[in-house]
Amino acid sequence: MNRAAWIALGLFALVPLLGVGDYYLHIAITIMLWSFVYTSWSLMGRFGLVSFGHGAFLGIGAYVTTMLWNHYGVTPWIGIPLALLLAVVVAVLIGYPCFRFRITGHYFALVTLALTEVVRMLIVALRDVTGGSLGVTPNIALAGGQPFSLWALQFAHKEVFFYIALAFWLFGLYVWRRIDGSMMRYAMEAISQEEDASESVGINVTRTKLLITVISAALTALGGALYGQYQLYINPDTVSGVALSLQIVFAVIAGGMFVQLGPTVGAAFTLLLAEGLRVAVGHEVHGLDSTIYGLMLVLFIIYMPHGILGKVLELRARKAGAAAAAGD
Amino acid sequence: MEIFDVFLLETVLNGILFGGVLALLALGLNLVFGVIDVVWICYAELVMIGMYAVYFLYIVHHVPLLIAFVVGIATVALAGVALHQFIIRPVLASEPINQLLVTGGMLFFLQAAATLAFGVQFRNLGLSLPSVTLGEIMLPQSRIYAAGTALVAMLGLALFLKKTYIGIAIRAISQDRAIMPLMGVNPSRIYLITSAIGGGLAGLAACLLVLQYDVHPAIGLTFGPITFMICVLGGLGNMVGGFIAAFIFAQLISIGGFFFQIEWGYVMAFAFFIVMMFIRPQGLLGRKS
Amino acid sequence: MLELKSVSAGYGSFQALFDVSLRVEAGEAVAVIGPNGAGKTTLLRVISKLMEVSSGEVAMEGVSLNAVPAHRVIDLGIAHVPENRRLFPRLTVEENLRIGAYPQAARARYPERLEFVYSLFPRMQERRDQLAGTLSGGEQQMCAIGRGLMSGPKLLLLDEPSAGLAPVIVQQVFGLVQKIRAEGYTVLIVEQNIQQVLKVVDRAYLLEVGRIKASGKSADLLASDDIRRAYIGL
Repeated sequence: MNRAAWIALGLFALVPLLGVGDYYLHIAITIMLWSFVYTSWSLMGRFGLVSFGHGAFLGIGAYVTTMLWNHYGVTPWIGIPLALLLAVVVAVLIGYPCFRFRITGHYFALVTLALTEVVRMLIVALRDVTGGSLGVTPNIALAGGQPFSLWALQFAHKEVFFYIALAFWLFGLYVWRRIDGSMMRYAMEAISQEEDASESVGINVTRTKLLITVISAALTALGGALYGQYQLYINPDTVSGVALSLQIVFAVIAGGMFVQLGPTVGAAFTLLLAEGLRVAVGHEVHGLDSTIYGLMLVLFIIYMPHGILGKVLELRARKAGAAAAAGD
Repeated sequence: MEIFDVFLLETVLNGILFGGVLALLALGLNLVFGVIDVVWICYAELVMIGMYAVYFLYIVHHVPLLIAFVVGIATVALAGVALHQFIIRPVLASEPINQLLVTGGMLFFLQAAATLAFGVQFRNLGLSLPSVTLGEIMLPQSRIYAAGTALVAMLGLALFLKKTYIGIAIRAISQDRAIMPLMGVNPSRIYLITSAIGGGLAGLAACLLVLQYDVHPAIGLTFGPITFMICVLGGLGNMVGGFIAAFIFAQLISIGGFFFQIEWGYVMAFAFFIVMMFIRPQGLLGRKS
Repeated sequence: MLELKSVSAGYGSFQALFDVSLRVEAGEAVAVIGPNGAGKTTLLRVISKLMEVSSGEVAMEGVSLNAVPAHRVIDLGIAHVPENRRLFPRLTVEENLRIGAYPQAARARYPERLEFVYSLFPRMQERRDQLAGTLSGGEQQMCAIGRGLMSGPKLLLLDEPSAGLAPVIVQQVFGLVQKIRAEGYTVLIVEQNIQQVLKVVDRAYLLEVGRIKASGKSADLLASDDIRRAYIGL
């Protein structure tokens, strides 16, 4: 990362200390949290494993953590790893037959779509436990003026969450970078082009794909858990389901799926768009932002399949006449 | 124990009737995939459009029901053609992932647009057709009509595909796309016709469903994932496989809903689906993917 | 009837045909012979418009094919029987023949055309309801040629009819070609099996690496030393 980027990051990290107020902090936190989730999705997406089902992992992350806390008083420090474990199990359960039997492309997308809906339905079906469609709030552990509870992983001040979100956002970018530079990246690229040929040069196709899926699923679940801890309210439609899964896909496509900061740009884009619309219209018009997202997703695929950032980089490369930077 | 049996039998019969409609849904999706090699992820949303169309024509504009049905079917057939022409055609030449994304985007868009246009309320045709009683078993008339119509439609489609030139061309194009021009067949035109038929089938399903279910923007989520699972299990593009799988799933949902709540029926169906994927990943009738 | 004037064509940066000119007169049987990779299949694809020319012109009965889309070529009377038969495997023999009569003009005469093809190829009538994918190699070739005849073409393009067939079957196939000729059809055959094909055609062109190297009456070509040395191994 170059000097300018480090400086910008440093400045950004100082933002909460400037007293910008809860509203802007909330926007920043939300963008960073979702960037983390979107980046995790793109670990699979960039290699052709388009999952329409990441809502399932997000939902598992959020609900398992919250349910264990609410019903058994299990601290999220244990709850979150358990949620990640479940997400990984599900990922393997679905991923293994898909990859082992070369179910790709259309089939894979449909299977993931079914998965995310079933998870959502399961959450609703277990309404006695989960609160069903009405959603649920993690039991608040902060009594009186208590600013935070490490045991409950709840924090009263958004400034703290800012740094947590920042850390995870950077962590997500770090994971992306590590994979990008690893043998796994080349293996996945080979696989996405020619599976059989890859197998014949010794790449264990199933294992590689499973590994990427597991990482992606676990990180997404982590994002879901964090979201629950931050928002302190979850319901099946905001953390699981097809609409959410597609929102993830859209944001990454809009930002740029093949570039490190693409998902982040996508997160900023979609969230600011939603906020902007809400402010402009004066109140929440049900479905307006989603309608625009949907339309734009379609238009983006047709006209700008490499997303905003991708397009920008393309133009820069053309202007500079040099090879495009890898999103740094 | 006797009463228990009767209710179970009723559930099974209801399941069979439900299977008819699911089979119709699967048919449309499989047809389009088999011919054009694209999955209409937004297929259930097209059904939703049909349901809204019938609702508004019948309830708001007081159009006679049968005419509302005809217009509804035509509307969705047109939607299918528009979907292909404007949304899918531009990405047909690029990677398959783009086709998934573009129809996925349409799912998103159509759901959101419906929310925007019609609000989140559940709307019902308000028809209460009586039930048919066979001994101690009650079967809703709407279900019987639905299953019957679905069956007739499927037979009609089968005849069309078997006997007409266009039908044979549609079957041929999924077997060898490249040489179709040598036969004097314009593939683009076949795609449009197939899209119209696929849309029409969705429209017909919409008419049958709106008799029994409320329409709301997320109704597609009730039938979409199930249809996808059915098609994958039956083998994408395999119309016979989809037909059989539809009835299996319908039974699972029906029985699951009988013993527990309806959502559990879907969960059971999905569990079955996963298990089948491990056992027979190439689908029920095992054809190449 | 058919004329190629200085046709060049290729796939992207790879040029397959260089400045090819040839003609086929009505009632003739003409062969284009040459080794693998010579561009023979490309030649037929250019005629049936599965491919565009990069320069030059293909004309059928004086009408240029330049602006004609691929699915309209059959309306001009050109029927292309593709390499490797390319039958529709999950359609029956009769359905394969039926789709050969897809053009509107052919549909009207479907019953007679079908009877004609069955009379020419009785084995196809025996197997009319059998799935085409289950036919033997020779039967498939028969069916493919029959499918081509269903549209009542003026010119029949045969792409390597002997490819992948056992020698005995190859003889049968060329026997079929002679039968078709006897019915008065104009035929353009592309072939690797030089000895066999030269026995059934009037003239032939030798295509090597995308260029016409020689042409003439089949008897002359058979007698020519170059051909014999290079291809027949005598």
